[in-house]
Amino acid sequence: MKKTQNVRRREVINHIVSVLSGLAALVGIFFLGWILWTVARQGLAALNLDFFTKLPAPPGSDSGGLANAIAGTVVITLLATVIGVPLGLFTGVYLSEFGRVSHFGRMVRFTTNITTGIPSIIVGLFVYTLLVVPFKHFSAYAGAVALAIIMLPVVARTTEDMLALVPNALRESALAIGMPRWRMILAILFRAARSGLLTGTLLAVARVSGETAPLIFTAMNSPYWMKSLAEPTANLTVTIFNYAMSPFDDWKRLAWGASLLIMATVLAVNILARYLLREKK
Amino acid sequence: MRRLREYLSEHFETTFRGFTVLCAAVVLIIMAAMFFNLAWNARLAIGQFGLGFLWRDMWDPALNEYGALSSIYGTVVSTVIAMTVAVPMSVVIALFLVELAHPTVSKVVGAAIELLAAIPSIIYGMWGLFVFAPLMAETVQPFLQETLGLENVPGIGRLFTGAPMGIGMLTSGIILAIMILPFISAVMRDVFAMVPAVVKESAYGMGSTTWEVTRKVTLRYGIQGVVGACFLGLGRAIGETMAVTFVIGNAHRISLSLYDPGNSIASTIANEFAEASDPLYLQALIYLGLVLLVMTFVIQMIAQWWVVRLKKSMGAGL
Repeated sequence: MKKTQNVRRREVINHIVSVLSGLAALVGIFFLGWILWTVARQGLAALNLDFFTKLPAPPGSDSGGLANAIAGTVVITLLATVIGVPLGLFTGVYLSEFGRVSHFGRMVRFTTNITTGIPSIIVGLFVYTLLVVPFKHFSAYAGAVALAIIMLPVVARTTEDMLALVPNALRESALAIGMPRWRMILAILFRAARSGLLTGTLLAVARVSGETAPLIFTAMNSPYWMKSLAEPTANLTVTIFNYAMSPFDDWKRLAWGASLLIMATVLAVNILARYLLREKK
Repeated sequence: MRRLREYLSEHFETTFRGFTVLCAAVVLIIMAAMFFNLAWNARLAIGQFGLGFLWRDMWDPALNEYGALSSIYGTVVSTVIAMTVAVPMSVVIALFLVELAHPTVSKVVGAAIELLAAIPSIIYGMWGLFVFAPLMAETVQPFLQETLGLENVPGIGRLFTGAPMGIGMLTSGIILAIMILPFISAVMRDVFAMVPAVVKESAYGMGSTTWEVTRKVTLRYGIQGVVGACFLGLGRAIGETMAVTFVIGNAHRISLSLYDPGNSIASTIANEFAEASDPLYLQALIYLGLVLLVMTFVIQMIAQWWVVRLKKSMGAGL
């Protein structure tokens, strides 16, 4: 059968789009590879023992490290997790177990979704007005609160989704043997959904540990070791921001090292979380 | 003490429930406090400039005169570039993942593109400043300008004039596009996958090609989901800070050329916060933050409302 010109034209268009779509996917992967490769190559050149053990040095001395910033990032992120995860967890419990259809529940769910989309820089400014302006100094705890606010909705939504996956028969059998609801939730639901809840927490940690914008206004930065939570605190991401914009080559090198450290951590936690979720499914 | 314990064990059910309600209320309080705190801490600037702040093209810390127009302009332009690049790309990537690729390939490619979303924005900034911007300056921008001759095309030619510096609107827009690509394509993939096979098969049965089915059936059927995906991407792009701050150039000016440096609301705040020693300067920056908060809030409201409607019409699973 002879194909008409019209059919041939449609087939050609179809082929072109197919090739384009493959190309677009390739472009996405290409950029991923390009970024990973650049950071790995530049970062590995900067990582050495000094990087993990020494304080930042003045430009030109070539022997400084970011030990204080690594410690600061760990402390701020841990503190944020301690504040943000329980809040998010119990918000999720409320949404899934008590407020599924209530008016208040709907409002909270709606607001939670919106909060997820509020830019992190706004959260930073908000905590600046909340905890930095009244106390007149930047602090690690302000940084932690900012990150916790970013974590909260993420944890709340995954908790709700994960608890919703637990079959109702489990709830009913627990209640049928006379368990109060709080024990049913803590002992049965949390256990049944634990890998999902862990995934939510890990994804939230991964999301905030690379955050920069909220820390500029809250934890700020410092060239020293942190002595208390109530003072400006060195952290990796703000250090990258400051050093990358500086004119000194050895500072830029440190910024690349910090970038590699942050990126490797975030990707590792992310992949771990996805792996856990897949096992669950 | 013992009484307290007895009381608790008796009323723990209510206490526990009350505790979860309290946690849930924190979310509402934070949202309300965000608006209130930013407005209160920008009260000097709001009093001085009023709503005119929004369309005032002036930013001069020396004279203590501030207006948001150049920052808003930059936010809009960089977001428009990002959406123009990312939305069509996401459509064809979703098409590739759902219709064309072998399931194993689709899984691997899908995971790789999702990983793009996991990379922190400051890493995009570093890569953009030291790798991508120089490449734009040396190769891509001269290529667009001279080899393709876009500079002399009437109408859009104005967009491609000026010295190719690498730093500027075009570069930030492209980096933003890469950053929001995974968010949009992930939602589109789910939307495409939810179109019932029967609907597609009947179009194939009439002799349609894959692209025709996608364009006339899948996209039409899933149009609500596609729009929702675009809103999600838009919300991301508009508030993105670090990547843009590194490559946009931080100049308070409105220029038609995409090659020129500019700024966005987020980049202005991030960049000038440390220098803002004067109270009015600081408050003008917080006022800018309030403007961004209102913008993203409205976009998110529309997106959420849209998704809720979508769930009702397409069933759960999205």
